[in-house]
Amino acid sequence: MRYESVIGLEVHAELLTKTKMFCSCSNKFGGEVNTRCCPVCLGLPGALPVLNAKAVEYAVKVGLATNSQISRFSRMDRKNYFYPDLPKGYQISQYGLPLCSGGYLEVEAEDGMRKVRIKRIHIEEDAGKLIHADTEAGYSLVDYNRAGVPLVEIVSEPDIRTPEEAGLYLQKLKSILEYLEVSDCRMQEGSLRCDANLSVRIAGSTVLGTKTEIKNMNSIKAMEKALEYEFKRQTELIDNGGKVLQETRRWDASKGITVAMRSKELAHDYRYFPEPDIVPVVLDMNRIEKIKGEVPELPYEKEQRFINEHGLPAYDASVLTSSKSLGEFFEKCLREYDNPKTVSNWVMGELLRILKNRGLEPENISFPASYLAELLKLVEDSTISITAAKQVFESMFDSGKEPRVIIREMGLEQISNEAAISEIVRKVISENGKSVEDYKAGKGKALRYLVGQAMKASEGRGNPQVINRLIREMINKK
Amino acid sequence: MVVLLYNVRYKSKEVKQMRLCELTAHELRNMLRKKEISAREILDDTCCQIESMEGRINAYITLTKEKAYEDAERVDKAIRKGEELPDLAGIPMAIKDNICTHDVATTCASKMLEDYIPPYSAEVYERLLRAGSVMLGKTNMDEFAMGSSTENSYMKITSNPWDTDKVPGGSSGGSAAAVAAGEACFALGSDTGGSIRQPAALCGVVGMKPTYGRVSRYGLVAFASSLDQVGPITKDVEDCALVMNCIAGHDPKDSTSLNVPAEDYRSALVNNIKGFKIGIPSEYFGKGIDSRVRDIVLEQVKVLEELGAHVEEMSLPHSRYALPVYHLIASAEASSNLSRFDGIRYGYRGAENDDLESLYIMNRSRGFGTEVKRRILLGTYVLSSGYYEEYYMKALKVRTLIKRDFTRAFEKYDVLIAPSVPAAAFNIGEKFKDPLSMYMSDICTVPVNIAGNTAISVPCGKLGGMPIGMQIIGKPMGEKRIIQAAFTLEKNTSFKGLAR
Repeated sequence: MRYESVIGLEVHAELLTKTKMFCSCSNKFGGEVNTRCCPVCLGLPGALPVLNAKAVEYAVKVGLATNSQISRFSRMDRKNYFYPDLPKGYQISQYGLPLCSGGYLEVEAEDGMRKVRIKRIHIEEDAGKLIHADTEAGYSLVDYNRAGVPLVEIVSEPDIRTPEEAGLYLQKLKSILEYLEVSDCRMQEGSLRCDANLSVRIAGSTVLGTKTEIKNMNSIKAMEKALEYEFKRQTELIDNGGKVLQETRRWDASKGITVAMRSKELAHDYRYFPEPDIVPVVLDMNRIEKIKGEVPELPYEKEQRFINEHGLPAYDASVLTSSKSLGEFFEKCLREYDNPKTVSNWVMGELLRILKNRGLEPENISFPASYLAELLKLVEDSTISITAAKQVFESMFDSGKEPRVIIREMGLEQISNEAAISEIVRKVISENGKSVEDYKAGKGKALRYLVGQAMKASEGRGNPQVINRLIREMINKK
Repeated sequence: MVVLLYNVRYKSKEVKQMRLCELTAHELRNMLRKKEISAREILDDTCCQIESMEGRINAYITLTKEKAYEDAERVDKAIRKGEELPDLAGIPMAIKDNICTHDVATTCASKMLEDYIPPYSAEVYERLLRAGSVMLGKTNMDEFAMGSSTENSYMKITSNPWDTDKVPGGSSGGSAAAVAAGEACFALGSDTGGSIRQPAALCGVVGMKPTYGRVSRYGLVAFASSLDQVGPITKDVEDCALVMNCIAGHDPKDSTSLNVPAEDYRSALVNNIKGFKIGIPSEYFGKGIDSRVRDIVLEQVKVLEELGAHVEEMSLPHSRYALPVYHLIASAEASSNLSRFDGIRYGYRGAENDDLESLYIMNRSRGFGTEVKRRILLGTYVLSSGYYEEYYMKALKVRTLIKRDFTRAFEKYDVLIAPSVPAAAFNIGEKFKDPLSMYMSDICTVPVNIAGNTAISVPCGKLGGMPIGMQIIGKPMGEKRIIQAAFTLEKNTSFKGLAR
């Protein structure tokens, strides 16, 4: 039997507002423990929350960018449960009337475009962080700096069918959030978190199987791996006559498996009810229109423009717009070196390769785009060879120095001076008599060998065209 | 200690010899402005009164005399410099112990918060401090404001100054008793279902529950967020207007605070009720109301009628569901509001436990009293899945109907009049073991909280030597109307309120 998986994702993103969701504490990552808090986010008796209007606007932007309906009237609810990282004993979230609903995103699945519906988008506050500093000590500590940080939660319908699609969906959502500048989307730091629900069924069936919820996936790759594992685990379980239990499972990246955390039978009754301390969120059309006006060019719009305006292949356009910073870097570079395909090749080739090797994101590029433009101009006017340029590029990436400075420091200027090259060529010819004979006998390969030897002798700095010409001239003169 | 007596022009211009602790805030203000007395002298006499009365009354949980003397000294300095004084400068006040006061214990009369000292102040308290009021201490109350007799305090039992065998009412019983006994010139209380008006009535003082949103709740330890309001307990209606002038007004820190311009409530201190349309809701004079109380209230209504008010019997048909609706909504909100008291960050914490759940259970089982636990259980139950629609949602729907009754009534009437409490103060211990009969004590006041309207309780007579209160209900933001009606009643009634 062939199975398919049915996947839905719940994505949480920390919103980049200046202050927390209900108080004026700074909303910055990190900080000395328990310094970014006040009576409100510590939930001290008597303190009251006041909703951050920016958090609402940011979430509305996400709704607009994902084709969602924006609620003119929504409200906050309380989700009640006890945990030490939750200072009030309830989380202020949205339950009955979320800010946005009924959206969708399209991703390119194997069998064409897959429309992933977005059920709802709502805002809620984050909790503090438990620190199990010393398990021997028999206690844990709590840092409330994160308590009250605004989050947007984006819940998809179970429309995703493969781990790859889940990856594409998350990548797309992530790039939208980045383009909107509402979240910095760092999965490693936890500013973007994703939980997945997965069930399996016979391919083509319309019934839903029992789902499990998978948590603790710290990257898109990890999520794909976790989903692949979970799909395999569930299908093997069923094939062996077992039954999938409805439960929450944790992805253990080091072991590459999911582990049961808690079963749904022990699930909380969160006793949701409308938050009486916060008046309902009423958005009139003017405000929604104003927010709409602030939504920037989105990745899929930019992708189309790159194809139309810069004449890039669809593949290049999609790679370059997958990250906001990458697209911006590309366009900045173009402003000073107007050869889209060449720039695209360098960005997609060298730049992405180095980022990947270093485990970095496009946001981490440490040199200005104008440096790449300058480097490409130096290649074009033969100041350096392409091989040398790649060396310079890597060094530029690591040091952030200007290409000219690096070229000087590394002595990589191309030698086009005929007198200097003649000397090298003469030496190569005298040392490789056999190849010279071969060339004379009409073997083209021998010429390439001789050029290579000359390049080597010039430590890669000789202009290959000049070398090539001089070798032919000298042998022919003999 | 020598007790000083002062000549005070009182009511019909007769001159009486009185102690400072017996005087109202506006009387003291006038004397301060004329430099006849100093803030320190007011404080001395009030402290003297506390010393002689507190042993029998037990109005206070915490006394802050030292701080009070510092504050009074500041006021006197300002007077010496010839600065213009706010109305309440130098006036001794008491604050209910569920209103956060920076650096001064705020216990909510609970074992849970016995040692809790807030690092910030409630907005109302800050406004009063800015006006120069001098806080004497924090007053006793039913634990977390849950109760109608102040007997649910973990700390102590407060007595009614009119008869120390009787309860002062609750939950702001300490505040009402302190004012009635001259242990404070005025006090702040909080009113979720009658907790200001009921004890004010039982202690023979004036108590007002402002319109929901008129006074900031920031720093008031929440019992039921959609019902709670802070309000004044004073010796007379004029003082009520002065305190309201100070504490009312928009506060951006409270999202439910109404963003409407401030009003000068003194302008409503007009002895005239001609042309006022007064509605008498029959539901508030029938079943469950002591007929003698009914008669006293109606007799005073007649006084107003004789002064030119149009009085008419009318109906608020859904008010009879108010008490159950109140207990569903208030308990639901309370069960969530009180979740933060887990003993992790502050509050009562028992011995260390092996696991988190046991720690929670121990802290909360021991930290909360019986009535609080009863309401948390009830509230948790009504919010549970499967019961939510049946109880909580239904209560919200009936709340809308109760509100609508009031809205319609105020299309026709300026004010509504009802008893504040169905009976005079009962004996300490009398209803303690019978929560249902205790809950009945709030039957006249609860509907106003549910509707979000404003109401004032003014003394209107005595029954068996104990004070009876008249409740004058206004529409939302209708404080001035009810102050005018109450002021007129006060000026034209034989009942003197405090035993001066």
